[in-house]
Amino acid sequence: MLQRFSARGLRVLFLATSVAVGSAASATATETAVLPNSSRIVSIGGAITEIIFALGDGGKLVARDSTSIYPEAALELPDVGYMRQLSPEGVLSVNPTGILALQGSGPREAVDVLKKTDVPYVEIEEDWDRAGIVARILAVGMAIGAPDRAEMLASEVERKLSEVVRLTSAIQEKKRVLFVLSTQGGKIQAAGANTAANGIIELAGATNAIEGVDGYKQLADEAVIEANPDFILMMTRVGEHGASDDELFANPAIAATTAGAEKHLIKMDGAYLLGFGPRTVDAVKELSERLYGDRISD
Amino acid sequence: MVSDTHSISGSVMRGRSHGDRSPIARLVILLLALGVVVTAALSLTAGAADASAYAVLRHWVFGGSAAGPLSLRDQVIIQDIRLPRILMGILVGSGLAISGAVLQGLFRNPLADPGLVGVSAGAGLGAVSIIVLGGTSLAPVVAVLGIYALPLFAFIGSLIVTLILYRVATRQGRTSIATMLLAGIALSALAMALTGVLVFVADDRQLRDLTFWQLGSLAGATWPKVAASSPIILLGIVAAPFMARGLNALALGEATAAHLGVPVQRLKHVTIVMVSAVVGACVAISGGIGFVGIVVPHLLRLFIGPDNRYLLPASALLGAIMLMAADAVSRTIVAPAELPIGIVTAAVGAPFFLWILLRRRGVIDL
Repeated sequence: MLQRFSARGLRVLFLATSVAVGSAASATATETAVLPNSSRIVSIGGAITEIIFALGDGGKLVARDSTSIYPEAALELPDVGYMRQLSPEGVLSVNPTGILALQGSGPREAVDVLKKTDVPYVEIEEDWDRAGIVARILAVGMAIGAPDRAEMLASEVERKLSEVVRLTSAIQEKKRVLFVLSTQGGKIQAAGANTAANGIIELAGATNAIEGVDGYKQLADEAVIEANPDFILMMTRVGEHGASDDELFANPAIAATTAGAEKHLIKMDGAYLLGFGPRTVDAVKELSERLYGDRISD
Repeated sequence: MVSDTHSISGSVMRGRSHGDRSPIARLVILLLALGVVVTAALSLTAGAADASAYAVLRHWVFGGSAAGPLSLRDQVIIQDIRLPRILMGILVGSGLAISGAVLQGLFRNPLADPGLVGVSAGAGLGAVSIIVLGGTSLAPVVAVLGIYALPLFAFIGSLIVTLILYRVATRQGRTSIATMLLAGIALSALAMALTGVLVFVADDRQLRDLTFWQLGSLAGATWPKVAASSPIILLGIVAAPFMARGLNALALGEATAAHLGVPVQRLKHVTIVMVSAVVGACVAISGGIGFVGIVVPHLLRLFIGPDNRYLLPASALLGAIMLMAADAVSRTIVAPAELPIGIVTAAVGAPFFLWILLRRRGVIDL
């Protein structure tokens, strides 16, 4: 009786661990998914497109989404729309042999339909930190059948990244940076935790000026003053959301901060700054140099 | 609408008189029914991909082996993308158009439109509550109702707005046009404000669902959604023609309608519930697609007159055609991407409507 009981207990234990292992395996399964035929790929997500081009496999792409704007060759591919606003028929219309999509592509209904077809759909995870960049390069390389080149690219990126991070992590007095997504109608839309902007600010050896906010949120003017950033960080490529520099500094809340008083504004290309792809290491370097000047470049 | 009153009273008294447009109306309905079938068939073959609808149809009819090989891709495109979308276009288009026509009859006012008087905004608030709070405070509701939670809450939202609207705008059996529009604007604003609060507390994933939904689109068409909403919308479409005679009488005023033997109070209650349910279901699956509810009935009034016996079914048919056609355009015009359908309906419909108004100025007289 006792034996049977413990046998069952063991089995439960085994089951529990296998569930744990299983979920871990499925997590890595998405990372190690390999497309059986990678000759016609649809890339959904700017970072994925950049990685594929960086691996020298740009010729395998047959379509991209509207966030894939780098390198220039990507712009010549048919655009299947915004990554969160996909049309399943549009994606299928280019006769892909595989779809590589960033986590968070949607809408959910479209993704569900795409998964129903026999075209393999590989989801690439999106983590906005150092490990995430490397993991993404490896996952994309694995999927398109170029694991060796991906390994090389990943280790090169990793080497450069650790070099930059060694410098930025040595910074004692961290600058406070406020990433402003848009200033529409005088309302400041800024990046909180769990955003690509937050990730890049931290990698560059600075701190996000706002705390306790998740995602991109509209800030009250007083919260902006309270955050008192040393620098404002914005995207150059923001289209109609963008405000001119004067307009930004004319905002009373911004004007009341250190960044406003000293006119500290850094503008960088959106895909470059927030893509978390192969170019991110350069973006981190550029950002930290613009934040700290000579102190960073030893 | 002076000349139209004549034909209304004519139809109420069941007599044929000068200006009776019944023969034309019957012909128009017949043509529109034909138009629905043709548009549906054309929509099934139109799309970004070159999937053969014919091959898939043959597969359904003759079964797997006899019809030859069929790629899973084509099958999914026809069966899981285009077909539910076409059905949803028919349901939502006819539902919104018929709701517009019924509301206009109920309020005796050609400006009544679900989008204009806040009924859609109320439905939107209900739907957004489920999307945002479905995981937390409304989780028990979702657990019980499943996929019906969204259309049901949209229905409750539109019902509340319609009831308040009617209460505010109607006094002693008379509905004030100005009060109705102003109340509608106020209720819209209130519903939008509450929706705004929910949008603010929504997390990233919910926001993605919301923006998609707020744009108004048939892109989210799936079989479960069609299944969840079709009973409500179909019930409304089937029920509406039974209200036609009553609505015709109502055009003469509530007192006259009552004297003609129309159970006015019951008619009002039934139409309010019907419109709320149908608009709620439409908004729940397709978001806020405006314009259909006001343009379709007006276009038809120009040709077949205001007799609700013909206007209501004709509105349903023309609404279905319009939305299917607009969706076909939105699916193909920027392929492989997709244009939101609201842009198509407004960009094509509004100038056309203005042109009609210009040409036949004075026909629609507020």
